[in-house]
This record gives sequence, structure tokens and C-alpha cells, in this order.
Amino acid sequence: MGFEVNVEGPRRMFSILSESGEVVFSISESVVTGWLVILIVLAACLILTKNLKKVPETKRQCAAEYIVKTVNNMVEVNMDKSSMAYAPYIAAVFAYIIVGTLISMIGFRSITADISVTGGLALMTFVLITYTKVKFNGVGGYFKQFINPLNIIGEVATPVAMALRLFGNVAGGMIITLILYLALGSASGALYNLIGIPPIESLNGYVFNIFQIGIPAVLSIYFDLFSGAIQSYVFIMLTMAYIKMGKE
Amino acid sequence: MNEALLNAQATVLAGQAIGAGLAMIAGIGPGIGEGYAVGKAIETIGRQPEIKGTATSTMFIGCAVAETTGIYGLFVAIMLLFANPFLKFLTGTN
Repeated sequence: MGFEVNVEGPRRMFSILSESGEVVFSISESVVTGWLVILIVLAACLILTKNLKKVPETKRQCAAEYIVKTVNNMVEVNMDKSSMAYAPYIAAVFAYIIVGTLISMIGFRSITADISVTGGLALMTFVLITYTKVKFNGVGGYFKQFINPLNIIGEVATPVAMALRLFGNVAGGMIITLILYLALGSASGALYNLIGIPPIESLNGYVFNIFQIGIPAVLSIYFDLFSGAIQSYVFIMLTMAYIKMGKE
Repeated sequence: MNEALLNAQATVLAGQAIGAGLAMIAGIGPGIGEGYAVGKAIETIGRQPEIKGTATSTMFIGCAVAETTGIYGLFVAIMLLFANPFLKFLTGTN
């Protein structure tokens, strides 16, 4: 039985080829799904904030106020009162990451399982940290820390670690789920051989594997739901912690 | 494809598989570290149940940071298994 483990990066949805047939420019699946995530978040924002009243009347407005209050409270506790301007950024990044990770629940590929996406997010955090450091210490004060060259490594390692942490968790969970599917597929094949019935094929030629029903969902609760939510939370918490550290 | 190249490719693939396995030894450290952190957090919650929320969120942050080295190992293993970074040195192209 030849099962092939085929883990690929995001598919190329659209490519521009040069005359010799090389790919000059391509748009990956992550970009397309990323725009879908942005649309979902935008739609949620528009629906939640439709005709707001001074005294909330609808459950919609209560939910919106609860979300804003929670984020504001989190920023106030983890940073300080003077950093409330960061709250919208934190909330936006959190919404993008968590919707982008949990979109795998409805059959898309998680955008955070692409290192380009997490690298971009970590780069945004890195820019914010550097901006805060320069703002509070001055340009001279920022470069004075590099008298000790080891600090350069520390400075670069921050965004690299943030990008790899998010990517590694989501992509690792994805690969484990894939391997579990393969294992359950071969277990079903062994069962069919043992009982002696021919494998049931669907119209497309896919073999109907009995063990693949329901069992992967149990692991999916941990690897997709729990891990994704925890990692998005950790990402914004670390963003806040690093920005706060930059102020000192 | 001549036999020498095939042998060389087989050697490279075997080395990659062994390397990926060795890279995952990095999982030991975060496992011990996170277990210790969670144990300490539970101790704290047992002593002071009123700070359960703060202790839990701080513990998750600490666990995530402790996990970094393990994730580095996982990243190296994934690269070795699925990206085949060394095969291109044999043939010149990928």
C-alpha cells in the first residue's frame, strides 16, 4: 500500500509567467484567504456597530461593547493608561489571527500556517517595538544598546521567535492532523482486508474510510481550536509586553 | 539517472530523516519546562485561589515563551522532511 505524505505550502492561485516559463509573480492561497478573513472581520464589525444607541437596547450592541471593553481592559492591565492608542491595533491583529487560524474549521487552509503571513505580522510588531524604543530613548539611546553586539541577536530574535511560534504551532497541528488522517486511512484499509469486503468507493473514486469519521475531530479540538486560540492570545500578549518593555 | 547519483540521493534522504528525528529531541526541554511552570502555577492557585485569572494568563504566556526552542526544533524537522534543502546540492537544481 503506497500512502504518500504530501505536505505542501499554500497553493498558487494565480501566477504570471515569464517567456521562459518561470514564475515571476504569484498570488498564494494565503493572500486570497487573507482577504476573505478581512471581509469576515469587516462584516462582523459593520453588523455589530450598526445604529448604536447611547443606552444599549440590542444584544448586538452589548456584545460590541463587551468586546471593546475587554480589549481596553487588557491593554490597560498589560501596558498602562497612556498606551490606550494601541488598543485598536491589538484588537485588529487578534481578530485577524484568530479568524485566520480558525478558518480551517470550514475547510480553508489556515493563513497562519504560512510563514509569510506570520512573518509579516511579526514584522509589524517589530516596527512598533522599534518605534516605541526610538520615541522614548531617542535615536542615540536606541543605538547605544548595540555597543554590546549580543543585543543585535536579541533584537532580531524577537520577531523571528514570534513568527516561528505562531507558524510552528499551527503548521505542526496541521501536519499532525494530516498524518492522523493517513494512519486512519490505512487502518480502515487493513480492516477491509481483514473482513474481506472490497473498499467502498464514492463516485469520484475516493475510498470511503470508516475510521476517518469523527475520530480526527477529537484531535482537531486541541490542535485547531485550543491551540489556535491560545497562540493568537499569546501573540497579542507578547506584542503588548514587548511594546511596554520598549518604553523603559 | 546513473546509479552513483541515485545512491547519493538516497544517502541525503536518509540523513535528512535521521536529522529530522534528532531535531525533535528539542521537544524534551520545553516539555520539562512547561510542566514545571504549570506545576508552579497550580501551586500558586492552590495557595491563593483569588488570583486564578492572572496566574493562568501569565502561565500561558510563560509556556508559550518556553515553547520557542521546541518550535525551532519542529521547524528544522519540518524543513528537513518536506522542503529537502540538501538535495539541490547534488544535481545543481532542485
